[in-house]
Amino acid sequence: MATRAPDRLAAVPPNRPVGPRRRLRRHLVHQLDVKGSPYAYVAPFFLLFSAFGLFPLAYTAWVSLHEWTLLQDEHPFVGLENFRTLLADDYFWNATFNTLSIGVLSTAPQLLLAIWLAHLLNRPLRAQTFFRITLLLPNVTSVVAVVVIFSQLFGRDFGMINWVFSLVGVDGVAWNEGVLSSHFAISTMIMWRWTGYNALIFLAAMQAVPRELYEAATIDGASGMTQLRKITIPMIKPTIIFVVITSTIGAMQILAEPLLFSSYIITGGVDRQYQTLSLFIYENFTKLDFGYASAISWMMFVFIVVVAGINYLLTRRGKGGLA
Amino acid sequence: MSAHTAVAAARRSGSAARRLTYLTLTAVAFFSMLPLYYSIVVASRDNAALADVPPPLIPGGNFFANVARVFDTVPFALAMLNSVIVSGSVALAVMFFSTLAGFAFAKLRFRGRNALLLLTVATMMVPTQLGIIPLYMLMVKLEWTGTMYALIVPALVNAFGVFFMTQYLSRALPTELLEAGRVDGCSTWGLFWHVVLPAARPAAAVLGMLTFMSVWNDYFWPLVVLTPEDPTVQVALSTLASGYVNDYVLGLAGTTLGTLPLVIVFALLGKQIIGGIMQGAVKG
Repeated sequence: MATRAPDRLAAVPPNRPVGPRRRLRRHLVHQLDVKGSPYAYVAPFFLLFSAFGLFPLAYTAWVSLHEWTLLQDEHPFVGLENFRTLLADDYFWNATFNTLSIGVLSTAPQLLLAIWLAHLLNRPLRAQTFFRITLLLPNVTSVVAVVVIFSQLFGRDFGMINWVFSLVGVDGVAWNEGVLSSHFAISTMIMWRWTGYNALIFLAAMQAVPRELYEAATIDGASGMTQLRKITIPMIKPTIIFVVITSTIGAMQILAEPLLFSSYIITGGVDRQYQTLSLFIYENFTKLDFGYASAISWMMFVFIVVVAGINYLLTRRGKGGLA
Repeated sequence: MSAHTAVAAARRSGSAARRLTYLTLTAVAFFSMLPLYYSIVVASRDNAALADVPPPLIPGGNFFANVARVFDTVPFALAMLNSVIVSGSVALAVMFFSTLAGFAFAKLRFRGRNALLLLTVATMMVPTQLGIIPLYMLMVKLEWTGTMYALIVPALVNAFGVFFMTQYLSRALPTELLEAGRVDGCSTWGLFWHVVLPAARPAAAVLGMLTFMSVWNDYFWPLVVLTPEDPTVQVALSTLASGYVNDYVLGLAGTTLGTLPLVIVFALLGKQIIGGIMQGAVKG
């Protein structure tokens, strides 16, 4: 770390003897500097967050209580009418199902795989850096690139995956037509992009676990798998909870993958096979029906809080042990 | 038999497991690189080659012809310039403001510090997409739609950056150094400028690179707020991917072109970036 004091410090002039008046003023300025300046330093973040994070959030709630389209000048207050319509809207429940389905299909296997990969990397290995860099490579690739590439791989007639299937005598799948097959394809894209990133987060936590625990377990004859289950996982539980929550929030907001996978059909497949909640919001946004879109946004927020809360309780209870 | 020899014995018997580890990690590395490799293969051929059975597995000679088509179809040069401007200015601003706030949270005493820090972390949990509609209406009011201001201003500082620099500075910046600066008559701002900024450089650089990459790859908000005539790279790519559905070669030539700069930077600096991610992650 750069702990060496920079040379420029020496250029600061030393305190000169001054009269009592100036000393008082200097004291006040100093007090103001010490007491007040910290607030000035953290202010940019809070100002920007209020303007572009908090205000939109509150305003969305306000808009959701109105019949609010960009085509009209009047925005009549309708109370909870948008929410009532929403709860009776089959498309909304379809989007909710798709979001949950893709979320579970992508998140659950991904986190198990990430923990396992981190476990493999958490010992002295040759080419550590190489393996870590390749793990993160998918995360550097943009969503657009990922979906374009995978759409080609998942192509029905000329895709690489169906070609591999044909080698073992399995018929090609029309990946973007079925509900389950499209959910599987989209989940694969999400997994490909995020597994390595999460593995590195887990690895960071694992490296903070005391080595002696593993040495003692090795002497007792515990296998690698047992050590993973009985030592590693309980010890990194806070990180697991953190990753589960952030993955849940991410999964509830999936948008780019289904949008691009359907070649930009805004309904997520011709029969809405993979229209997610975010895509449903976007659909109503492009219809300029801002009141309805805002209502969906707030329902999504409620879902996120509920699902994240359930996951929090499950991860807390599920893996007892040392922690 | 001592504990040490027992451990050594266990290590020797683990050599089969060790081989399996290398095999697995190599397979993962292979699959991580495969899609990018495949996009290069397709981007360097023509559309007819896609119908070949088996599919083409090595690059062909059409890459530059396809890249030329990308430049003819979408304003790609402008998109690159826009992306560099937006990502660069956001990265610089995030580095500066996060270091500033991180310094205050890590090293200065003030009333409400812990509450404010907690609030900062809590804001990371608010889903960004939720505010897209009012944010868009705000941009319409400010007449920023279609301009790069809409991308730059809301992104100038973020909670992750503040938290990241707080973590780093509270560990890496010795308080004695700051006290020494005070004794020499430095104001708080002087301390920040002459002591904190130099000390923060390694972490700030990592934060800058992470920010640059995520802004470069940002997709949804630019899509909503920009026009196809004045896009960023991702918006231009989505035009390619959407408007020319059956022209996969064009789409993949574009994505290769838009992704390669980042991949090259990442290949060169990956070690530091990964170190930074892991450093920021420990506290989870």
